[in-house]
Amino acid sequence: MVLAAESQLRLDANWIDYLLVAFYFAFVLGIGIMARRSVSSSIDFFLSGRSLPAWVTGLAFISANLGAVEITGMSANGADYGYPTFHYFWVGAVPAMLFLGIVMMPFYYGSKVRSVPEFMNRRFGPTAHLVNAISFAVAQLLIAGINLYLLASIVEILLGWPLWVSLIVAAAVVLTYTALGGLSAAIYNEVLQFFIIVAALLPLTLVGLHKVGGWDGFTDKVAQGPGGEEQLSSWPGTALAGFDSELLSVIGIVFGLGFVLSFGYWTTNFVEVQRAMASSSMSAAQRSPIIGAFPKMFVPFIVIVPGMIAAISVQEIVEFKETGQGSVEYNQSILYLMRDLLPNGMLGLAIAGLLASFMAGMAANISAFNTVFSYDLWQTYVVKEREDDYYTGVGRVATVAATVIAIGTATFAASYSNVMDYLQTLFGFFNAPLFATFILGMFWKRMTPTAGWTGLVAGTAAAVTVWVLSEDVTGTIAIGGQGGAFVAAGAAFVVDVLVSVLVTVVTAPKPESELRGLVWSLTPRKDFHDPDEQELAWYQKPTILAGIALVMVVGLNVLFA
Amino acid sequence: MAERKHEAGAFDIRVFIGSLLGIYGVILLLTGLFGTSDADLAKSDGLNVNLWTGIALLVSAALFVVWSRLRPVVVPDDPDEG
Repeated sequence: MVLAAESQLRLDANWIDYLLVAFYFAFVLGIGIMARRSVSSSIDFFLSGRSLPAWVTGLAFISANLGAVEITGMSANGADYGYPTFHYFWVGAVPAMLFLGIVMMPFYYGSKVRSVPEFMNRRFGPTAHLVNAISFAVAQLLIAGINLYLLASIVEILLGWPLWVSLIVAAAVVLTYTALGGLSAAIYNEVLQFFIIVAALLPLTLVGLHKVGGWDGFTDKVAQGPGGEEQLSSWPGTALAGFDSELLSVIGIVFGLGFVLSFGYWTTNFVEVQRAMASSSMSAAQRSPIIGAFPKMFVPFIVIVPGMIAAISVQEIVEFKETGQGSVEYNQSILYLMRDLLPNGMLGLAIAGLLASFMAGMAANISAFNTVFSYDLWQTYVVKEREDDYYTGVGRVATVAATVIAIGTATFAASYSNVMDYLQTLFGFFNAPLFATFILGMFWKRMTPTAGWTGLVAGTAAAVTVWVLSEDVTGTIAIGGQGGAFVAAGAAFVVDVLVSVLVTVVTAPKPESELRGLVWSLTPRKDFHDPDEQELAWYQKPTILAGIALVMVVGLNVLFA
Repeated sequence: MAERKHEAGAFDIRVFIGSLLGIYGVILLLTGLFGTSDADLAKSDGLNVNLWTGIALLVSAALFVVWSRLRPVVVPDDPDEG
């Protein structure tokens, strides 16, 4: 099915387009080589990394996530559902990033842990650590597979290779890039990638809007489309949530998507949190996600809006939306829009932007996987206390193995027509119970190590059970689409909290002396602040910045309600 | 604190971003000026998207370079004092 669908879409790239793509690769590799050279001659690189201003860490923070999820998944949702897709940004990501900066970052940064699983180890001990590290590693492999699938489908469309050849070639390219660029160049490449994506998608959006008759023409045509006026207001979003009841839909979006899924994702995902943890001071660490929130709230205008434009202007997608028939997929909305609107030159820039985004996404998953596998799993539990070179070797083998496994998961991802369903499902399984356990553990000193891991396991099991019963798999209960994932995530959260509380009552807590920096009530307030925080200018204070961002995102929610 | 410092120079990410955006700007500008057929124009609804994007990229590139000149990244030489 997928092969048939994609054999029809071709982009007519010429040498100018390939030249632009080639320059991008040259810069990505160049950054890797420069980084490596400067590391060998001096420690400049790490230092300039540490003295990078907060706008760089903030952009790297959102860039690490600006891969397949945002661009393909969100434009697909935009084409399918319209404005309700804004919830992923304005109810989901942005409030969660502000919450991370204000509430959770002081724990992560203050306790001096190097990874999210390590925090788990300090707070709840090895069993919870093992559960967390393994589920994180598995999730990274699955998500790397999705990124790889999307990357391979672009290569296929561009060069006309069969999907399986594209999969293997794309995987080999990412492997080389990961090995050459290395982890040290990651932040630089992410920041570069952010600007290339904006340079690719902003002109596409503007040309698209011009084509459909400006903003008024855009809203008129969407309202006349099969989705109707409903696609021009973000609430109640019944089509997105898959509930008939408007009230349930609002609850599902606010609690399921907003509170559980997005908070779980943005506050416990090591790939994201690591960026902020690497900052030079507490206030800089807090500022990273908060500064990232400002561009993040405008990303939907260059991702969701082009998806919606594709659904009213690209012939194949218009027909697909009206009749449900045809061989296109919403996932390809942006590609179709590029084919229809962009001349050679701009087309190359757009292709470079998409390749950049998917490659960086997969590289981030693979390197996060191999860090957690090598240190949190292999070094902690399997082969302890060997020399450093040995673990570097383990990391290399893990990288190759992860790439091979990602090819397998990519084939699995290809059988879903809407990648977002798949991603949401995964976040429900892994991140939602994690968020519940972290929040309880940070604010309730009595919570025991046994409660830590049993809550996680029970929560994840609850999510899997709901998912299996939903229309996605067996159809025993009548919820499908995104709603199934919202309910699974909600169930994971509630079950995690219940099990944690019940188990805590009957098991022994950790001694309070071991919990400083890990639990709110046992940590001196000064541990949560820089000594010089009073001297910061107003625009450097995390709480003031977060307040401004909150007002802006509430304004956007009201404006497009 | 008296510590030795120097500028990050070529390792400043703003120089990297500015250079790539500048190269893209030049290529798109030239394509827009000399390589745009009527069919290309019709495709993007009469807008010369290469020309305008090229100009916008060159302006952005200039801003990055000017910014990195005005506010250079200063790197302390001793890691422990950074």
